[in-house]
Amino acid sequence: MNDALPSFVPALPEMFLAASAMVLLVLGAFQRGPHVAREIGWLGVVALAVTAALVMSFGYERKVSLYGMMVTDGFGMFMSVLTLIGAGFAIVMAMRFNEREGVARFEYPVLVLLSTTGMLMMITANDLISLYVGLELQNLALYVIASFQRDQTRSSEAGLKYFVLGALSSGMLLYGASMVYGFAGSTNFDTLAHTLEASNASIGLIIGIVFVAVGLAFKVSAVPFHMWTPDVYEGAPTPATAFFSIAPKTAALALFVRVMIYAFGELVDQWQQIIMAISVASMILGALAAINQRNIKRLMAYSSIGHVGYALIGLAAGTPAGVRGILVYMAIYVFMNIGTFGVILCMRREGRLVEGIEDLAGLARTQPMLAAALAIFMFSMAGIPPLAGFFAKFYIFMAAIDARLFWLAVLGVVTSVVGAYYYVRIVKIMYFDEPKGAFDPGIGREMQAVVLISAMVILFFIVFPSPIVGAAELASATLFPG
Amino acid sequence: MTVAAIFLPLLGAFIAGFFGRWIGDRGAQIVACTGVALAAAFGVTLFVDVALDGHNVTTQLFTWLDAGDLQVQWALRFDTLSATMVAMVTVISTMVHVYSVGYMAHDSSVPRFMAYLSFFTFFMLMLVTADNFLQMFFGWEGVGLCSYLLIGFWYDRPTANAAAIKAFVVNRVGDFGFALGIFAVYALFGSLQFGAVFDAAPNFAHTPFIFLGWQVDALTVTCILLFVGAMGKSAQLGLHTWLPDAMEGPTPVSALIHAATMVTAGVFMVARLSPLFEYAPTALAVVCVIGGSTALFAASIGMAQNDIKRVIAYSTCSQLGYMFFAAGVSAYSAAIFHLMTHAFFKALLFLGAGSVIHAMSGEQDMRKMGGIWRLVPVTYVLMWIGSLALAGIPPFAGYFSKDMILEAAWASGSRVGLYAFWLGIIAAFLTAFYSWRLLFLTFHGKPRADAEVMHHVHESPKVMILPLVVLAAGAIFAGWLGYHDFVGEGRESFWRESILVLPDHASIEAAHHAPAWVGELPFAMGVLGIAVAWIAYIWRPGIPGVVARSLRPLYLFLLNKWYFDELYDALFVRPVMALGVAFWKRGDGAVIDGLGPDGVASVTSRLSVRASRLQTGYLYHYAFVMLIGVVLLVSWYLLRQIGS
Repeated sequence: MNDALPSFVPALPEMFLAASAMVLLVLGAFQRGPHVAREIGWLGVVALAVTAALVMSFGYERKVSLYGMMVTDGFGMFMSVLTLIGAGFAIVMAMRFNEREGVARFEYPVLVLLSTTGMLMMITANDLISLYVGLELQNLALYVIASFQRDQTRSSEAGLKYFVLGALSSGMLLYGASMVYGFAGSTNFDTLAHTLEASNASIGLIIGIVFVAVGLAFKVSAVPFHMWTPDVYEGAPTPATAFFSIAPKTAALALFVRVMIYAFGELVDQWQQIIMAISVASMILGALAAINQRNIKRLMAYSSIGHVGYALIGLAAGTPAGVRGILVYMAIYVFMNIGTFGVILCMRREGRLVEGIEDLAGLARTQPMLAAALAIFMFSMAGIPPLAGFFAKFYIFMAAIDARLFWLAVLGVVTSVVGAYYYVRIVKIMYFDEPKGAFDPGIGREMQAVVLISAMVILFFIVFPSPIVGAAELASATLFPG
Repeated sequence: MTVAAIFLPLLGAFIAGFFGRWIGDRGAQIVACTGVALAAAFGVTLFVDVALDGHNVTTQLFTWLDAGDLQVQWALRFDTLSATMVAMVTVISTMVHVYSVGYMAHDSSVPRFMAYLSFFTFFMLMLVTADNFLQMFFGWEGVGLCSYLLIGFWYDRPTANAAAIKAFVVNRVGDFGFALGIFAVYALFGSLQFGAVFDAAPNFAHTPFIFLGWQVDALTVTCILLFVGAMGKSAQLGLHTWLPDAMEGPTPVSALIHAATMVTAGVFMVARLSPLFEYAPTALAVVCVIGGSTALFAASIGMAQNDIKRVIAYSTCSQLGYMFFAAGVSAYSAAIFHLMTHAFFKALLFLGAGSVIHAMSGEQDMRKMGGIWRLVPVTYVLMWIGSLALAGIPPFAGYFSKDMILEAAWASGSRVGLYAFWLGIIAAFLTAFYSWRLLFLTFHGKPRADAEVMHHVHESPKVMILPLVVLAAGAIFAGWLGYHDFVGEGRESFWRESILVLPDHASIEAAHHAPAWVGELPFAMGVLGIAVAWIAYIWRPGIPGVVARSLRPLYLFLLNKWYFDELYDALFVRPVMALGVAFWKRGDGAVIDGLGPDGVASVTSRLSVRASRLQTGYLYHYAFVMLIGVVLLVSWYLLRQIGS
């Protein structure tokens, strides 16, 4: 059988998505009409939905294919679906924004699809090589998306910064991968998982792991490899920022978890310290630096840094409960961010974009529904029960305590108190400050739907937690064989 | 019926208080008055049934606390003592309620006032019908609360608020003693039920007890602590300062709470706890000395006051002193007798003063009154009746009760009894003097008010006069009617076991055999006081000015109320304020806020500024930071590897 062509069935979702992207590209190039971008966008959403269906059809069972380069399991499925959801919403949210900004080009959804293909490959990678290929595919598309509004210097600058720093981090990752190969003799996760033992970990291997971790930490924007985040988030067009904060982050975190927990699972005592260090640094910086921000996109950048810090606590725990915590956290995080960016995308006054936090003043009086939705998201991000954000943090801290990482949990609680300040401040500005004039009405039906859906998810998670928590439970189990 | 008598005022307060907005002023007045009037009807019926016919009842309501050894029931205990109090409280309260309908007619928050009055009545009834110490404390604190609310009823007046807070704080001192006393009772007896405690009291006489490291007699300490509570509530020497200031409240409040009922709670408490006090002779001596001293002290201040209500307030304080020294010589029945008669004539005097104030357009300073007796004849007559009763002129009520107290004090034969007797005699003279000073200044002489006010002087409406007439009837007849049962031949069968007097403390019995001059002396002093007042204020109106000038230090001493307020201000208020300010500014503000909320917040925001300054925007800075991160992590592992 070795000589025969391997089965490509497990790669079907990635192949389908890549093919769809190319078809849509061709379609868009030959199509004429005022609504091309919108049509291509909706087709892209359909493609993502089909891909999600394909991913889900594989079930939770763990299967290695393509000569060990790829793996499908419950964990991958969970994260893939989450990424696909994020990408889908990102396309929908971008439509009206791009039309108003005069950048309604059909390339945008195509780029999102291509990048998402890379993410799926990352998530299902079972080898450092396939990991790198997926990562680069994703990155290249993201660089373009960041500078999509190319007539604006801010956007171009964001793309360039992201590109340079991304190249640096990719270099580190690759360097680390080569060290690992040199000291462990393999790049395959299964082989690594089976041959590595805590007792004979050489310093070279550990340094290799450090470099791999640094590369991945850059992708999830963990401190101190976060420096690109605020600038890129602020500079990139808002729909791109929304996309950045949702899909690549989910995929990169999935990759991080798989590499650390599965491939280097035996060396947990070694890498745990890296994760704890960057987790603590991210939580503290995310909480502190956000306080001083005036721009809401920059604020969201620091907020996402903080959230990654919390999620990494689950990774530091290194237990199934910790991984489950990450999965739940990311699922809730995705919906909170979709909703928040949905509201941010509606911040438009007299035809111009506004991004200042102060511009939200008195929103409760001018647009009560929008304000209520944003208040829900902010309270949820601050981790106030009974909203979903509370449970996200709850599962993470529980896992940390079970893993006897008490001080990490305490620090997490303390920083989330500090963080609550700037989330709740937004609510205060919306509800108690004098209105600065209403935002332009007519946010569009699809945007209303986006905000409504995510608000519902956040609001009613407490009533129906089982779809997310139960799936996360099953998914996390597949990472721990035996 | 017992339940109805107690809880109807509560119901009235509830409806008037919470639904006053819907039922309106008139509705609130009707509801509250009906509530207490029905309670009064039940109260009088119960008095006849319990006290006169001898059917004691205790109504168990439900268990309040059941924690370990401590079990406390809600129960209504009706014996002669509490039935007397219930009847007296409900009747006076009804009169005051009705009077308030007229007096407070123009106030903007009538329902609130009526609700407070009824609420107070409920707590007072709770206090007097308590079957255990804790329930008594409940009522005790409840009346304190209502007193606070009613003194500060006109909360837009700073003086009223200050007076309310003063009353509350001074009462806290007393209540602290009371609470300690209750703890001591529980520590000694292991129960808070009156029945159990009273039964066990004889066994604990002369039991030693460690208090603050001193070995002392257990019952003495307990009783003195309880008496401290009584001193606070009944405004006895040392803890009296709140009572005159409490006159900031509306006049019906002064009549009901600060004359007839609440302030007498201390006397009631000592009588109720007579089975304890009887076994603590030292404590009784303390009660006696404090009571006698207060009687004279307050009367002396009353002579020099100019505010009509303050004169009566000091008079109340002084009369409470009489009651206490009566209790101190084991003449509890005389104390309760005087309490009852005093309730009538003092409520009458207060409400009469209210009527005068009403007529004088709110003026309370007697120096600005005078010559109005023709204009308010009914009030004038009623005030005369009240004053005659207060001064102890036969056959008015005060004569019977005050005489009995003084005779009992003399007859007790003890040194403290004689001390109290002589102070009481002097106080009787002063009482008559300041009462007629009040009458002469207010009603006689030339009008000193301006023409505008004099023009408006008018008799009060019927709704205010009628209660006064009822109270006046009490002031005339209560002494004569009650003498036989309360302190006369019928006292044994009247009081039965509700008051305990040991055989060798039988001062009432001895009083009946006192020489005639002892009984006539108070009367003579009263007449003398009236005569002196007449000379000084009618016959030779120049005398008071001459006396005040020639004895200026003494006059100022009395005018300024023996400088008690100033003393307390210097001793307690200012040091405590200084301490509080120090704690606030330095302790809380600088240390706790500085290190805590403010400090953390400012550190956070400073760190935040620094954290965002890291974000320079330069690509090479970012790359540099990443490299530093890598270097740090790698060197951490290298160092660890070398170390291990």
